[in-house]
Amino acid sequence: MYQSTITITLRPSILDVQGKAVEHSIHTLGMSEVSNVRIGKSIHMTVDAKSEEEAKRITEEACRRLLANPVMEDYTFTVKKV
Amino acid sequence: MSATIKFGVVVFPGSNCDHDAYHAVKHLFHHDAQFLWHKETDLQNSDVIILPGGFSYGDYLRTGAIARFSPIMNEVMKFAQSGGVVIGICNGFQILCESGLLPGVLLRNQSLLFSCKHVNLRVEQNTSRFTNESSVGDILRIPIAHGEGNYFAEPDVIKSLEDNGQVIFRYCDEQGKITPESNPNGSTNNIAGIVNKNGNVMGMMPHPERACEAQLGSSDGRKIFESLINSFVLQTA
Repeated sequence: MYQSTITITLRPSILDVQGKAVEHSIHTLGMSEVSNVRIGKSIHMTVDAKSEEEAKRITEEACRRLLANPVMEDYTFTVKKV
Repeated sequence: MSATIKFGVVVFPGSNCDHDAYHAVKHLFHHDAQFLWHKETDLQNSDVIILPGGFSYGDYLRTGAIARFSPIMNEVMKFAQSGGVVIGICNGFQILCESGLLPGVLLRNQSLLFSCKHVNLRVEQNTSRFTNESSVGDILRIPIAHGEGNYFAEPDVIKSLEDNGQVIFRYCDEQGKITPESNPNGSTNNIAGIVNKNGNVMGMMPHPERACEAQLGSSDGRKIFESLINSFVLQTA
């Protein structure tokens, strides 16, 4: 079994209005050091695969076909044996 | 084709404008209408498919992303690809984008707010089967109700939509001017509705089915249904 952890974010060219609002809120807390806040999704799933390579292939396919929309989102993931 | 048009209104779990669409085509325009449950795999000889507004699958993951894989969508895609007429309203537009029947995507409103109000739409071209009863520049007052209506596509896609006359409705002010203030969601070029290249698939965020009776505040939505019905009459003439 493998554990996949997927991170999906809006593509850099797309204005992340939610991220901007949160960034503004962080600044009102006095933390002016913070910038470039982007909000995304984290998806965790268990994959029944014989190898890490197969687990990566299945995770990649799930991302490409359903989990992320390439018009607006980028994704990255890690796969760990459990 | 008979004089009566058969409308198929797809019902997904979470659709909530299915009855509005059914009511408009059946009771106001006196055509046939039937509901099609999302698990069905037969469009029951529908002439027009309506993907209604609502929150299919609770908008989980992304708006329209899960509905797009409902069994009936395979049939809707085949139907559209062979020239069948498909209309996506609000959530239906989002589903059409997710399924690839229309380009682009609907992002979160720039205001981050759910926006529910009447807006003005300028008719951008009247050669489509959804606008042939209007003149270019006509202003239609139609309500919106969405949180994700901010139409976005890559610049080359937008250019091709504009060059091909596929943008059929834009948000405008009361004088018909396209201004940032009249854009309720931040959509690129104030886009409110588009058609595909072949002109048989249309997606729009505003709700024409909620604007077909004066007692609802506007009957401008009738123009869109009348255009569509007229296009079938022209086809058979």
